[in-house]
Amino acid sequence: MDASLNAELSALLDAHRDRPGALLPVLHAVQDALGHIPPAAVPIIARALNLSRAEVHGVIGFYRHFRSRAPGRHVVQVCRAEACQAVGALELEAHARRALGCGFHATCADGSVTLEPVYCLGNCACGPSVRVDDEIVGRVDARRFDELLAELRDAP
Amino acid sequence: MSRVFVSLDTSALALGAERVAQAIAAEAKQRGAAVEIVRNGSRGLFWLEPLVEVEAGGQRLAYGPVAPRDVASLFEAGFLAGGAHALALGPTQDIAYLARQERLTFARVGLTDPLSLDDYRAHGGWRGLENALALAPAAIVREVTDSGLRGRGGAAFPAGTKWETVRGAGAEQKYIVCNADEGDSGTFSDRMLMEGDPFCLIEGMAIAGLAVGATQGYLYLRSEYPQAARILAAAIAKAREAGWLGADVGGSGRAFDIELRLGAGAYICGEETALLESLEGRRGIVRAKPPLPALAGLFGRPTAVNNVMTLAAAPLILERGAAYYRDYGMGRSRGTLPFQLAGNIRHGGLVEKAFGVTLNELLHDFGGGTLSGRPIRAVQVGGPLGAWIPPAQFDVPLDYERYGEIGAMLGHGGIVVFDDSVNMLRMARHAMEFCAEESCGKCTPCRIGSTRGVEVLDRVAANRDREAQLALLDSLCDTLLHGSACALGGMTPYPVLSALRHFPEDFGIGSQDHAP
Ligand SMILES: Cc1cc2nc3c(=O)[nH]c(=O)nc-3n(C[C@H](O)[C@H](O)[C@H](O)COP(=O)(O)O)c2cc1C
Ligand code: SF4
Repeated sequence: MDASLNAELSALLDAHRDRPGALLPVLHAVQDALGHIPPAAVPIIARALNLSRAEVHGVIGFYRHFRSRAPGRHVVQVCRAEACQAVGALELEAHARRALGCGFHATCADGSVTLEPVYCLGNCACGPSVRVDDEIVGRVDARRFDELLAELRDAP
Repeated sequence: MSRVFVSLDTSALALGAERVAQAIAAEAKQRGAAVEIVRNGSRGLFWLEPLVEVEAGGQRLAYGPVAPRDVASLFEAGFLAGGAHALALGPTQDIAYLARQERLTFARVGLTDPLSLDDYRAHGGWRGLENALALAPAAIVREVTDSGLRGRGGAAFPAGTKWETVRGAGAEQKYIVCNADEGDSGTFSDRMLMEGDPFCLIEGMAIAGLAVGATQGYLYLRSEYPQAARILAAAIAKAREAGWLGADVGGSGRAFDIELRLGAGAYICGEETALLESLEGRRGIVRAKPPLPALAGLFGRPTAVNNVMTLAAAPLILERGAAYYRDYGMGRSRGTLPFQLAGNIRHGGLVEKAFGVTLNELLHDFGGGTLSGRPIRAVQVGGPLGAWIPPAQFDVPLDYERYGEIGAMLGHGGIVVFDDSVNMLRMARHAMEFCAEESCGKCTPCRIGSTRGVEVLDRVAANRDREAQLALLDSLCDTLLHGSACALGGMTPYPVLSALRHFPEDFGIGSQDHAP
């Protein structure tokens, strides 16, 4: 058992474990803190919440938001839903794949950006929409995407 | 001190409102102008965002869309006092798009500072809750029943009937669950209200709690809405601090509190029983019904699950009375629906209108046609499970029953516009793909049939044995319609078959103009 991981998780677990139906709040807290939910965290979470590892594993796998592998320095989500498709989201998606040299759920070679699909960010009158970490950006065409990318690659 | 309003709404921010607010603050500082920047919700006129408003001569004047580079010239023009400028739009409330609406639920959104309790109070806040506190639970429910309010999450079930079931259920603990999963593409009314007037939702949930006898509420918000999450968390804390939530709601001695919970990127968790599973910490697998959640819902207790718009309508109904709300609308669709104009539309945004308005009015009078300038070819109403509407049906009144008659649905009021470059076979394929992607896996037709549907449509597109494939598509849809435990599988045939029915040429039937 990874002792430092254990220590890191114990504060998070203490903050949430007594909430009814605590698993999702716990998984969110872990991913917010670590960027992902490392496989080694699964048994620790399971024990704290009195669940089986399989249950915790199943929940992580079910929800698109949770990831088991560390992402790049930034996460970029491109909306694939209908309203964004109506204004060129699929073309943007193709451009994003080319520009990053990777597909969805993968990280580009320099480790700066992980690309993910998303179905709707609620910015449907101003698409194509992209989420960069916790910010939503609207009216993103290929040029705007490249600008965003350049900013992210310059940023730490 | 001049007051300037720049929105903190996600879509305003997505178009650069933050940089505009910063530019105004910097320019004001440099000029030594005393400016208070209020971060309001959005008026919902998104093609004008970032919209900047000033208070001058006792009214709000609008400028937009404003870019950071416009800020210096706005100061130069004396915009703080309403000076003339190329971006000036006049009094905000006179902008036709806004003036022609019937804003009941959205009356305050864009007007107030969403996190100011004083603002909320000054604009009629908490009056519905105060009235409710003076009523017996059955009388609160009766008011909602008499208003004719039907669930705004999609199924349009009468809200009062649901509340009455929960109220009548004998149990120590009951729950209010607010469904803020807003998964449909083309919808953002829940988000706009939560970001622009969060106390309204809090008040609505508290009223629901009093009506059914629930002391605990859960607000299940999709994780794709980080800004709404920040604002709701702050608003809940403020409401609790001010005594509108907690052990002694409004000094009444009655308890109600709210906990904010985040979803995790699963469309199916908008379905109420999958949502309850998720709240309980499990995968979002749809539960068998019965039992109804109203009788055995969250943690097995009686639970009223309602959409954000349903709950946010309650304060007004309790403030003004059932008749006031019921007087809007047509037939059995009472009140207003906040329609959302999305996709390829010139004037996209939020249009709250009484039921009975038509797509022609919304798309042309409000929306101004497509963003691309090309003709509108198809419109999807009611989210990814909603039918495609061709221009020939744009004059059908938007009313639950009238839409049902044409094999369509209003759902959550999302309207997604496509121009004539759309390929409807591809959209049908997308519907099947979405179903496969988002299926909870419980029913075979939904889990497997949707993937078959994608393959069948690919063969149609490639013109491989087209007639046999289309027959297969029909029978697949029939199986989905009848063999699904929820509307994800059960309604995916709507967008698929309506695309085929209204746009057969895209499937290689009849005219070859649009053949893929
Ligand atoms: C696949 C699916 C997704 C749904 N998504 C949502 C949603 O995002 N928001 C919502 O309020 N209702 C959604 N619903 C409807 C809910 O199951 C439920 O009817 C609603 O929350 C009840 O609240 P209301 O009566 O106030 O509309 C969905 C239903 C299905 C079948
Ligand atoms: S229709 Fe699909 S999403 Fe709905 S319960 Fe069945 S498998 Fe799950």
